[in-house]
Amino acid sequence: MNESSFSRQHHILSVLVENKAGVLARVAGLFARRGFNIFSLAVAPTQDERFSRITLVVDVERAPLDQMVKQLDKLINVVEISELHPSLARERELLLATIKADSDLRAQVIQLVGVFEGQIVDVGTSMLTVMLAGSPSKLDDFEVLMRSYDIIELARSGRIALPRL
Amino acid sequence: MEAKREIVEAKQEITGAQALIKSLEMEGVEVIFGLPGGAILPVYDPILASPIRHILVRHEQGAGHAAEGYAHVTGRPGVAMVTSGPAATNIVTPLADAYMDSIPIVVITGQVASAFIGTDAFQECDTTGITMGVTKHNWLVTDAQDIPRIIAEAFHVATTGRPGPVLVDLPKDISNSVMRWYWPSVDELDLPGYKFPTVADPTAINQAVELILASKRPVIYAGGGILRARAAKALADLVELTGIPVVTTLMARGCIPDSHPLCLGMPGMHGNYTAVAAMQKADLLLTLGARFDDRVISKATAFAPYAKVIHVDIDPAEFDKVRHADVAVAADCKLAIEQINKALIGKDLDRSLELTPWIDQIREWQKTYPLVYDKTYSNGIIKPQFVIETLRDATPDDTIVVSGVGQHQMWTSQYWRFSHPYCWANSGGLGTMGFAIPAAIGAKVGRPAAMVWAIDGDGCFQMTAQELVTATAEKIPIKVAILNNAYLGMVRQWQEMFYDQRYSEVYLSPDLPDYVGWAESMGCIGLKVEHSEEVLPAIEKANSIDDRSVVIDFRTDTTEKVYPMVPSGASNDDIVVSPLLELQGKQS
Repeated sequence: MNESSFSRQHHILSVLVENKAGVLARVAGLFARRGFNIFSLAVAPTQDERFSRITLVVDVERAPLDQMVKQLDKLINVVEISELHPSLARERELLLATIKADSDLRAQVIQLVGVFEGQIVDVGTSMLTVMLAGSPSKLDDFEVLMRSYDIIELARSGRIALPRL
Repeated sequence: MEAKREIVEAKQEITGAQALIKSLEMEGVEVIFGLPGGAILPVYDPILASPIRHILVRHEQGAGHAAEGYAHVTGRPGVAMVTSGPAATNIVTPLADAYMDSIPIVVITGQVASAFIGTDAFQECDTTGITMGVTKHNWLVTDAQDIPRIIAEAFHVATTGRPGPVLVDLPKDISNSVMRWYWPSVDELDLPGYKFPTVADPTAINQAVELILASKRPVIYAGGGILRARAAKALADLVELTGIPVVTTLMARGCIPDSHPLCLGMPGMHGNYTAVAAMQKADLLLTLGARFDDRVISKATAFAPYAKVIHVDIDPAEFDKVRHADVAVAADCKLAIEQINKALIGKDLDRSLELTPWIDQIREWQKTYPLVYDKTYSNGIIKPQFVIETLRDATPDDTIVVSGVGQHQMWTSQYWRFSHPYCWANSGGLGTMGFAIPAAIGAKVGRPAAMVWAIDGDGCFQMTAQELVTATAEKIPIKVAILNNAYLGMVRQWQEMFYDQRYSEVYLSPDLPDYVGWAESMGCIGLKVEHSEEVLPAIEKANSIDDRSVVIDFRTDTTEKVYPMVPSGASNDDIVVSPLLELQGKQS
């Protein structure tokens, strides 16, 4: 993931799919064989367990969004697709990071996590695991700050989004 | 019928295998092309008691292409059934072929027992994974109780909307387990995400009609979708009403008779000059069930530069994929054309649609650039086009013609004069060599009263010829014309024209194999024709035999090339016509 994790070439697609085996493979396979790029992807069942929601951030530099949507729509297991414009959507993402922080640095890291309203989820003798949920840009900012420390491992969930009310 | 009644009445427990066969019966399946093996074994037992005819092929690829040939000429879905692993991978090519050409086929594959899936078991492969990209949809059955519903879904998906191939993968333990029989209604299918357009939006129709009435140089660009939608009659009405000329793509040959004065024939890389030029100079392309394939449009940025585009397609993903649609009509082709026709009736078409100068221009092209080949034979050399013309003139006009892929395919499409739809089957999008023989067998099974000729190349023939054993064993008499030029002809043509005649790995030998001996070993009549004067008598002899298949080995001129030709990457404006025409041009 690069520093600016969202650009004008990126669009969010919220894809309601049947909650069946192999559906994610169909979506991913379609993107691969049509030469479309997926920037991030998050998937989980919805409140109705027959369906899952896939939130895709797609790179539309190489292929027009219109083609992606229409090709996705042809997959039998895809029930509904909506494009979420960032200004009209509530987006959230989760970040987990294990930071090298011995006793000298630990307080600094904890303070920064506090400023960002994150949480310390694990503490070892020389390491901390921190968690931050929020808008993707907030996570970007936090990630940049953490780079001045020694990041052992970092994982981001990919964004999920729903339309603004 | 008796079997059906029994099915509906009996709510008894039956095996998954029995449920599969009963489901196929409920779908009205009359024939399965297949080849048994370990994982599909349970299903082959109830076939013995079923009225469905099973045709035992010699290679699973043959089963798939036969199902395609059957679907091409009948409009009904073709059914193929094979076992797991290598059988499933062997049928991937026909699936990809059917996917490219939107042909409805239903393929049933056996799978290893559920408990063995993922263990690298004997004859296991990830069939649904492998075929995901070459099917409209596929299913892995996990419960025998689902079988009737899944089979009903499979046929529904294969035959509605944009048709295409589907696959149902059936693990052996599921076939052997017990279920309670039922048959679902369409409402009971579990396809919440499946949708397709039917009737066109009236606004789009009105916009289309406005563009038609404003056009001076319109062309109807008719694609395979016309045939899939059974829209030939609607198209004929549209042409009658408007007087707009029609180009028929490789997949659409026969959708309007070639004898119709406004039928300009095939466009594209080896299309005839007039069809190509008309599209290039058109101010409107009324695109009906066609998809701007690269073999039709050549260089996309130089294609039909003056044309506005009306694009009628049942698959909205085709709009703006290659060419921008000024008016996109998402609809069933037949319904949309009927709507257009209805909107046009009552308009003063004679005044608003003044096409005489345009038609005059087209007639001029037709006169100047006809399809030609050298008819001044010496020493009885056989021109491949001569074989096709002779065959065409010596057979009934409802003869079904099936081709492979290459020069012979292009010559057949160019020189055959199609009088009816559904008399032509070939592999357009995927370009599958070896399509002809099994597809011709499938076509003959679907329409046994029709004469079926496969026009094949020597290279193609060698890929699937063993299915003639199937033809003999199952008493499916087809006729085969091999245009034997001893080369992979189309590749040779490219090497001659674009690689300085540096022929690399294209020579096949005219005598190896011995085609006559091979045909006879497979129970067919084999004939060899080496002189142009023998062409007609051999064809007449073949036409007189209808108790077995006939294979004629025509020794054709190796140097003959397919013209016109738009070189790869060039614009349609740079079409290369036959040197014979250039010669005539210089003389006159």
